[in-house]
This record gives sequence, structure tokens and C-alpha cells, in this order.
Amino acid sequence: MATISLHDVKKSYGRTEVIHGIDLDVTDGEFIVIVGPSGCGKSTLLRMVAGLEAISAGTIEIGGRVVNDLEPRERDIAMVFQNYALYPHMSVYDNMAYGLKIAGLSKPAIRERVDAAARMLELEPYLGRKPKALSGGQRQRVAMGRALVRQPAAFLFDEPLSNLDAKLRVQMRLEIKSMQRNVETTSLYVTHDQVEAMTLADRLVVMNAGHAEQIDTPLNVYRTPATTFVAGFIGSPAMNLMPATVAANGKGLELDGGGTVKPRDTVLPENGRKVFLGVRPEHLSPVDEFNADLKLAVRAVETLGADTLAHGRLADGGATGSEMVVRLPGTSAVKPDEVLPLAIEPGTAHLFDRENGKRMEA
Amino acid sequence: MTSSIGSRVVAHALLIIGIVIVAFPIYYVFVASTHSLREILNPPLPLIPGDQFLHNYYEAIFGGVRRIGGVSATRLLVNTTIVGLCVAIGKIVISILSAYAIVFFRFPFRMTFFWMIFITLMLPVEVRILPTYKVMVQLHLIDTFGGLILPLIASATATLLFRQFFMTIPAELVEAARVDGAGPWRFFFDILLPLSKTNIAALFVILFIYGWTQYLWPLLVTNSNDMNTIIIGLKKMISFADADTQWHLVMVTCILAILPPILVVVLMQRWFVKGLVESEK
Repeated sequence: MATISLHDVKKSYGRTEVIHGIDLDVTDGEFIVIVGPSGCGKSTLLRMVAGLEAISAGTIEIGGRVVNDLEPRERDIAMVFQNYALYPHMSVYDNMAYGLKIAGLSKPAIRERVDAAARMLELEPYLGRKPKALSGGQRQRVAMGRALVRQPAAFLFDEPLSNLDAKLRVQMRLEIKSMQRNVETTSLYVTHDQVEAMTLADRLVVMNAGHAEQIDTPLNVYRTPATTFVAGFIGSPAMNLMPATVAANGKGLELDGGGTVKPRDTVLPENGRKVFLGVRPEHLSPVDEFNADLKLAVRAVETLGADTLAHGRLADGGATGSEMVVRLPGTSAVKPDEVLPLAIEPGTAHLFDRENGKRMEA
Repeated sequence: MTSSIGSRVVAHALLIIGIVIVAFPIYYVFVASTHSLREILNPPLPLIPGDQFLHNYYEAIFGGVRRIGGVSATRLLVNTTIVGLCVAIGKIVISILSAYAIVFFRFPFRMTFFWMIFITLMLPVEVRILPTYKVMVQLHLIDTFGGLILPLIASATATLLFRQFFMTIPAELVEAARVDGAGPWRFFFDILLPLSKTNIAALFVILFIYGWTQYLWPLLVTNSNDMNTIIIGLKKMISFADADTQWHLVMVTCILAILPPILVVVLMQRWFVKGLVESEK
């Protein structure tokens, strides 16, 4: 158990900087998920914490100890890899015991720890098997067991579920969460899957192009995304972002895609400011034409059962109107080529500065 | 299988013909080794084994070969076994270690070393045989096992094979071992070596036969009959005049010379095939 703190951590390959200074303080027992699109540097960051990649600048502390120049084994961490990385010639038992054997634990102590982990992960019947004879989910459990038996200061997960099918992924997601709750070990978890990120994390680190765009609890990230990137990345379907300009005389926002809108319970910045108006698809509801904030010319309808998604453009903008998605109840009878009058639910509009993409708080 | 009986018959017939073509000379050598010298020299040689089996093999192993070749067949076999084993094991040890260094470590001139090893593939033994001989003379290694073995003990081919195999080992496995705390030696012995088992077995078979059948180099580097390998001994037993050659003993020696490689292949066949075929890890 330990805290982890990253201070201005940077990584360059030659003269190309790929991680541009990350600051992060992880408290003891916290589950941090690092999420971002591929190539954003999230795996590199994790590997730097693990000691598999050298740190170009900054400091990484694990349990109050600067570990910049320590080998992975000296950092008191355990890692779960995407492809499980089990030793193919060793039995499940030996796979889990290997690290302990190297650490010089006595045979009975190793057996005790492996048995405990196997019991927790329901791997007891498979201890004698080779990884080849296991299913994907079982292999993933062995990989987790291997991390668990070490009783490390921190767990590092590198997209551990991305090789599993959808159903198993949900199940393993829950297992990882409950395992982490059980042992209360500080964890860093890298994923590109936002559902995994939202459900697992105590706090999220949303990364983009080597920057940490926002570090906050999942709900805060969802409710108050710090940048347009976070707004577009977290939430599915993505938040609608419409370029707009603050109109004079308190008339609200003039949308570049056509029409004006005055979101309720939202404080607007000064006149003439160029902004993005962000509205989540689930925060738009169909109303009668008289009360409409926006009108959507529906182009395509996706019926998901519980929900219906209507895709289209702002009706006032014609063919060049901003693209939009609306999440409607599954009972909605909306059809393509209809014009749908919509209201923005009070207080759910987001405003971002068009210059730098940052959230504007009144 | 949906092939018709006709095509199966043809396929089997072709296979049987192939086996006969390959095996017949060896069978004929065996037949000759069981007849007396007089029968061999009086053509045509019968196609079925004669009655001199015990007599010929007894004589060849316990003295006959010594009389004509200078040393006993046992001595020749022991020499050749030592050379074959040392060449095979030496080549494997050296090439697996160099491949390990080249694939898993970053050091200055890594690629230079790799290319140096690679380039030696293009130089056949014959090209460098004179300088090598000179070196052996200066090191006083003529007529020693050292002289027989050392010049043959490095193998660019085996190094390349191990390199190719090591490059298929996922980086995550190496990293998992690092996180588990395995240093370079532990990783090598606990993980790399067990994973290379089948490759090592396949190479061992190939290299043992390579060492066993060496002719040119042992011929150059040994003067004393005591240091001859069985292939050289065999050559020395054949004199220019046909009538002076103890053909029945030569044939026995031939059989003795091909027996160990056959044994190695047969005993290690399962591993050998696995090593050549297996790609999934």
C-alpha cells in the first residue's frame, strides 16, 4: 500500500517529446484510471511508473520513495499486461509463484500466498495447468493472481481486458474492481474504453497527445469536462459541440450552424466571444415547436432498444448546419427526414472557449 | 480423406519406390558386411545377407580394423563421438548465447557484431582453411581434440536461427519477467532456455550429424592414427589396389559409422520434428 506521485513527468524519444509534463498525486488505495485515445501516451506513462521506460524529466515517487532510476523489481509494483504475458512453459501455480521464488520466499510461504490468491480468483482447479489449456478469462485471472501474490505497493494494469469478448469484459471488470476493493492496493489502470474508465475509477486521468486534460472523479469529468477534448471523449454518443458566438443584448448564442439559442440556467460570457456550445445527446428532449431551443433535421435513426438515437443537422443551418445526435427514449417514434424541435435541459449546457478549447465557467 | 483407393495406391507406390531408392545402398552395405572377402570380390554380390555376420563384426571390432587402419574401431568411434557431441553442444551454447546478447541487450556496435556473424555465413570452411590450419599449428593443437573441435564450434546459422526464434518472443513476456524480478541470467535459464527446448533438440540432431560426418578438417588436423575420426579411418582402410582392401571389414566399419547418427535421429525424432514445425508460442 502506498501513495504514488508524479511530478512534471516527461518522456522524449530523441527530440520528440511525447509526454509533456504530467502531475498526479494518487492517495493510498485509490483506483486511478488513465484513459485516452490510442497514441495519447497513456501506456507510456504507465510503463514509466513500472520502470519499463526511462523517465526523461520529472520525478516519480512510489510510497514516498523516488524511483526514477530503480529497476521494475525494486519499485514494489506488479503489472498486468494486455496479452497476459504468462510464461507458457510454466503451470498456473509456477506462473504465480515465480516472482515470489525470485524474491526468496520460503516454499510454504509461497504456497500459502498462491493458494490464497487462487481461492480469491477461483483458480484452484487450474493450478496444475499450463496457460495454453486455459480460456482467455482464466488467463487474465492468472495474470491478476501473479500480481496479487506479490502484495505490492501498487498494481499497474495495461489494458488488461481488451483481448476479451464483450461479455467477459464486463464480468472481469467487476472482478477487478472487487479485488481491488478487497486488498485496497493503490492501482493505476490504463484503458481506451470509456465504460471501463467510468465504472472502475475513483478518479480519472483523461489524456490527449501527451497532456493530462483533466484529472477528476468520473462524475465530475462527465458533468464538467475541462476541455472540448474531454467533452467529446467521455460520454457516448459524444457531446454535441456547436460553434457559436455570444450575441448582443442578451439574446443568447448565435449558432454558426444557424439560429440562436439561449440555454436556461447558463451564464454567458461577454458579447462577441466565440465559443463552443456543448450539449450531451441525453440532455436534449423533444418539445413542441413553440418551446424549442434547437431544431434537428433528422437524417438517420438508430434504435438501440432502450434508447433511440437520432442523427442529423441543425434545421436552421440547412445543408451546412452543425451535426448533432440526440438520445431519445426507446418509445420515440421519430423518423428520418422529420424536423425535431428540441429543448436543452436547464443547466446542462457547456461552454468552451473556441480559442483554446477550455471550459468557460462564469 | 476423400481420396480414392486408386490414388492412395499410387501415392503409396511412389513412397515405397522412394524408400527403396534411398535405403537400398545402405542395405547393400549391410549385406556386404555379412559376407566373406572372397564372396565380395567375386561378383555379383548376393542380395541377401550372408553367414559371416558375427565373424566379420567380431573381427572388425576386436582387432581387424586395427590391423589395417592402425587403431581399433572402438577408438575411432569414441573419437568421432567426442567430436560430434562437442561440436553440436559447443555450437548450440555459443550460438544461443550470442543470439541472446544480440536480441535482448543494447550495446555499442550491436548490429556490427550481428553483421559480422552473418557475413561468415558466406565464407565456406574451405576458404579459410589455410589460415585456420596455421593458427592451429601455432597453438599446438594439431592431433588434439581441441584442434578437431574448436574451428568448427561457431555457427552463424544456428545463431541466426536462435535470433529469429528469440525475436518471436513477445516483449511483454520479457517485461513480465523484469517486473517479477528476474535478472538477465534468471530470464535466460528460467524462461528462454525452456522455451527453446525444441529448437535446441532439432539443432542438436543436425549439428551432431554435421560434426560426425566431418571429413576435410579432421583429415588436415590429425596426423596420428589415434586421433582419426571414423570417416578418416574408413578412408585409410581403402588401399589403391582392390585386392589389398579388406572390403568386408570396410563394410562393417561403414555400418558402425552410420549407426550413431541414425540412433540420434530415431531417438530424437519427435523433438526434431516439433522443433522444425512448431511456431506457435
